[in-house]
Amino acid sequence: MSTAAETSAPSSHVAPGAPIVQITALRKSYGTNEVLKGIDLTVKRGEVIAIIGKSGSGKSTLLRCINGLEVFQEGSLSVDNKPLLHESAMAMRELRQRVGMIFQGFNLFPHLTVGKNVMLAPTLVKKRSSTEAVAQAQKLLARVGLAEKFDAMPDQLSGGQQQRVAIARALAMEPAVLLCDEITSALDPELVGEVLRVVESLADEGMTLLMVTHEMSFARKVGDRVIFMHQGRVHEMGPPAEVFSNPQTPELKQFLSSLND
Amino acid sequence: MNDFSLWDILRNLLMALRWTVALSLIAFVGGGVMGGLLLFLRMRAGKWLDRAIGTYVQLFQGTPLLMQLFLAYFGIALLGIEVSAWTAASVALTLYSSAYLTEIWRGCVASIPKGQWEASGSLALSFSEQMRHVILPQAVKIATAPTVGFLVQVVKGTALASVIGFVELTKAGSMISNATFKPFVVFSCVALLYFALCFPISLYAKHLERKINVDRR
Repeated sequence: MSTAAETSAPSSHVAPGAPIVQITALRKSYGTNEVLKGIDLTVKRGEVIAIIGKSGSGKSTLLRCINGLEVFQEGSLSVDNKPLLHESAMAMRELRQRVGMIFQGFNLFPHLTVGKNVMLAPTLVKKRSSTEAVAQAQKLLARVGLAEKFDAMPDQLSGGQQQRVAIARALAMEPAVLLCDEITSALDPELVGEVLRVVESLADEGMTLLMVTHEMSFARKVGDRVIFMHQGRVHEMGPPAEVFSNPQTPELKQFLSSLND
Repeated sequence: MNDFSLWDILRNLLMALRWTVALSLIAFVGGGVMGGLLLFLRMRAGKWLDRAIGTYVQLFQGTPLLMQLFLAYFGIALLGIEVSAWTAASVALTLYSSAYLTEIWRGCVASIPKGQWEASGSLALSFSEQMRHVILPQAVKIATAPTVGFLVQVVKGTALASVIGFVELTKAGSMISNATFKPFVVFSCVALLYFALCFPISLYAKHLERKINVDRR
């Protein structure tokens, strides 16, 4: 049990460019329906990866495998050299402290104020004192432009504001990797920009990001690498300029042209 | 023979009302503790235990409380253990309440959106931290009104304990009616006393329900 935690010593000091997420031969199925058919992917520290593809191509499932929200049957996955072990609650808790996640539906805790939403996990998991946690939450809320909303309840905020709180909440755990699962899909069009600006600033500061997105122009602008998923496989992968202007496979061509309709 | 005044009847019934209240409280508190325990087990344990508890719930919901009381009274005696009507009634009503309460609460916990589990889980909270800080605070709000509402069922359910000789309000009523030959007057008083007990609880449950609907807008 404890060997897994011991072999990977305190490891937040991985050099930039070193691999941080390593996925090998990952397969996942729901019953007889195989949704991920062997994924190999290495993400380097500081890299921004945009995952695109049709719905049902497995892109959200892949993202959710990385922090253990989905259980996979074959292959291996590690973050910061910490392997994902579903059976070990200890290992999962370790890993999830390194991986933050932001959801399409925000999933703020409706019974807690904005400030408490941000402070909850650091005080429970990282055993921060409440003064420390308050200071950190204020700083993070200021960073996402919501300093004055500390005592507001989530349902008093717009969708864009709620999503920015969710980003602050994820950052409070100081994750090494941030997963974004279609984080602007539930927003009114005029609110998308404020959320993407926050994500862009995170990318600029060197956060490792994996995002499933339908915002192609954003993927193009911010992404270092674009992954096109099709039928449970990484179908095409490359720098955004190449993937978007010079698609190699008919599936990607068809996908990109369908977006312009 | 007929020198019972209305006050005498009422006074004797009020004395017996204490035992109805006591039995209700035992059943409700005991059922609550056990129901909570069952809920926790059901969420934590695997398929097998989940099914076993599901069967337990179905068993108690699918048989009359009267049968459960008979079985508790005569069944335990069959094992060679002497049980008083008190014990049998307490055991039967506690088991009965626990089955209903665990099912009510399970429904409330299940009604919390999956996203709350996922968000708190991906923040590295453990199961008990998720329950305590995220799921239960929301579930308790939803559960309060139906739980208080169920208390009314328990109070009325205690009337059945009269059949195994437990002297609570209903049993006292039939004893007094046998002595006074005024069954209508006596049982009217009995009914009024049950109503006086249950009506405020119902009102309170309604009030809680309204409050929650206002909170949720």
